[in-house]
Amino acid sequence: MNSYELTRSNFAALFAALASRYRIYGPKRFAGKGRFSDTDLIKYAPLAGPDELELSEKSSLSPKSLVFPPDETIFHFNENDFVAPKPADDREIIVLLRPCDINGFARLDKMFLENGGQPDFYYERRRRRLHFFMLECRASFENCFCVSMQANSTDNYAAALRFGDENVQVQLKDERFAGFFAGLGRGSDFCPEFVQENFKQVRVPAVDTMPAEMFTHKLWEEYDSRCIACGRCNTSCVTCSCFSTLDLFYADSRQCGERRRVWDGCHLDGFSDMAGGHSFRKNKGERMRFKAFHKIYDFRRRFGFNMCVGCGRCDDVCPEFISFSSCINKVSDALKGGGKP
Amino acid sequence: MTENSFLPFPVKITRIVNESDCEFTMTVAARLPMTPGQFFQVSLPKIGEAPISISNYGEDWLQFTIRAVGRLTSAIQNLRVGENLFIRGPYGVGFPLDKLCNSNLIIVAGGSGVAPVRPLISQIVAGALPVKSLRLITGFKSKESILFADEVAEWQKKCSMTLTIDKPQEGWTGETGLVTEHIRRLKLDYPDTFQAIVVGPPVMMKFSTAEFRLLGIPVHNIWVSFERHMSCGLGKCGHCKIDNTYVCLDGPVMNLSQAATLID
Repeated sequence: MNSYELTRSNFAALFAALASRYRIYGPKRFAGKGRFSDTDLIKYAPLAGPDELELSEKSSLSPKSLVFPPDETIFHFNENDFVAPKPADDREIIVLLRPCDINGFARLDKMFLENGGQPDFYYERRRRRLHFFMLECRASFENCFCVSMQANSTDNYAAALRFGDENVQVQLKDERFAGFFAGLGRGSDFCPEFVQENFKQVRVPAVDTMPAEMFTHKLWEEYDSRCIACGRCNTSCVTCSCFSTLDLFYADSRQCGERRRVWDGCHLDGFSDMAGGHSFRKNKGERMRFKAFHKIYDFRRRFGFNMCVGCGRCDDVCPEFISFSSCINKVSDALKGGGKP
Repeated sequence: MTENSFLPFPVKITRIVNESDCEFTMTVAARLPMTPGQFFQVSLPKIGEAPISISNYGEDWLQFTIRAVGRLTSAIQNLRVGENLFIRGPYGVGFPLDKLCNSNLIIVAGGSGVAPVRPLISQIVAGALPVKSLRLITGFKSKESILFADEVAEWQKKCSMTLTIDKPQEGWTGETGLVTEHIRRLKLDYPDTFQAIVVGPPVMMKFSTAEFRLLGIPVHNIWVSFERHMSCGLGKCGHCKIDNTYVCLDGPVMNLSQAATLID
């Protein structure tokens, strides 16, 4: 493990050298593309150069789309054959991301690679091409609560980066990239630091078994009226991984078409609908309870750690200003009373 | 290279039998190992895919009993013998044959819930799965909605069976009333020696399992089968998750001790 101090121009040279071999993704600002007029959208996208890297604001969408695109063709079909498409671009990817999102990938890995004992074909072939270049994150953004979720730090990265005004500090862990640093910058003793305090703190319930009363607790009723089932919390979440499949066929060849998988979410209408009319969680409050318990309770029961990484994007994007971090604290408060209303 | 478990394979339709005005049993040619209670993801390209339980199987064939109530199931109803259905599987945990073998077994099934227990009943009446005794209670909404009518006569010969419809109906001379009423009437001398299986709509399973508990059958001897929306059958899509349980992986057949704790 070596650390380097690079001037900004050296870093640009490093970036260019890496870009000749890898696709480089990071948070990027799209001017005027935000939810409201005159607001920008920040999302993960290919970076043409280091100047496109957006570090001053949190991205509203997570990097999960690199392994789990919102809409992906899983196979093309004709009358009898099913053929999975080959990746359009099989170059490996370097993604510049923060520790919470790296920890988010550890959650996605549990679902897509481990759950059910069989790795997901489509996730796995994207995931193995991914290299994490961690953006050091020493100061909290609004709504972050990664420290409470113990997702503020990680050692799962190929390289860690600290951006200063004049220079960039790099700690390199993955030796396969060492060649790119030859002749660039000078050695340093840089070691990344991790944010130790957020503006928001949550009290994560430590229960092994959630009392049945908590499932019907009146705290959920608030969300019956506030939540509008838009699913933005699901789409912005780095750990939400639910999908539905959707078939379509081509107008000029009705025997040919494709099956896609598209993001779905537990807040959306129709998520649990079955043919014949049965469905579960008709109330928005029940959906909030289902999501909340998944993020801070039952995922942990199955996999050993909490699902939520505290990135706070759900709070950033909710059009009804529902705060998930407040919800977690309400659950903890209700549990102190044994779940009794 | 990771296996791509999302790709279905074609199976030829060899027989279609109409069971009721909207339910039909489709036999397809397939040679696959499976267990009663498991399911397949059944596909029709251009329309979609859904989980369907195995309603019977043999060495080189299997059956699905399908209620045409949705877009996919209605499209499947339009298929004819000789055409292909597309499937992948089998998936999930079936009935615990090791625990049911040589037991005093009670099976209660309502409506299309009879389909997943049918391979189990077939194996028992054929002698392939030995049991000490079999008590069968099946319930349907009306006489028109009775499934597997031809087989029922055979089952009645080989085991103690009650077939009931919810309400009295003109021309019906058999039993009436909900299955719960018929469970209540059971006389069990040593209830802890019985295994019980309940499959049907959620409300029916809730009250039927409660009746079995009142009869004194231990919770660990009671089994249910869940039905949920699924898009993968592989523990990835998230639709069938209840608490920390995935119905496609940990079910659809579950012991009541586990099932009773699950809140959707």
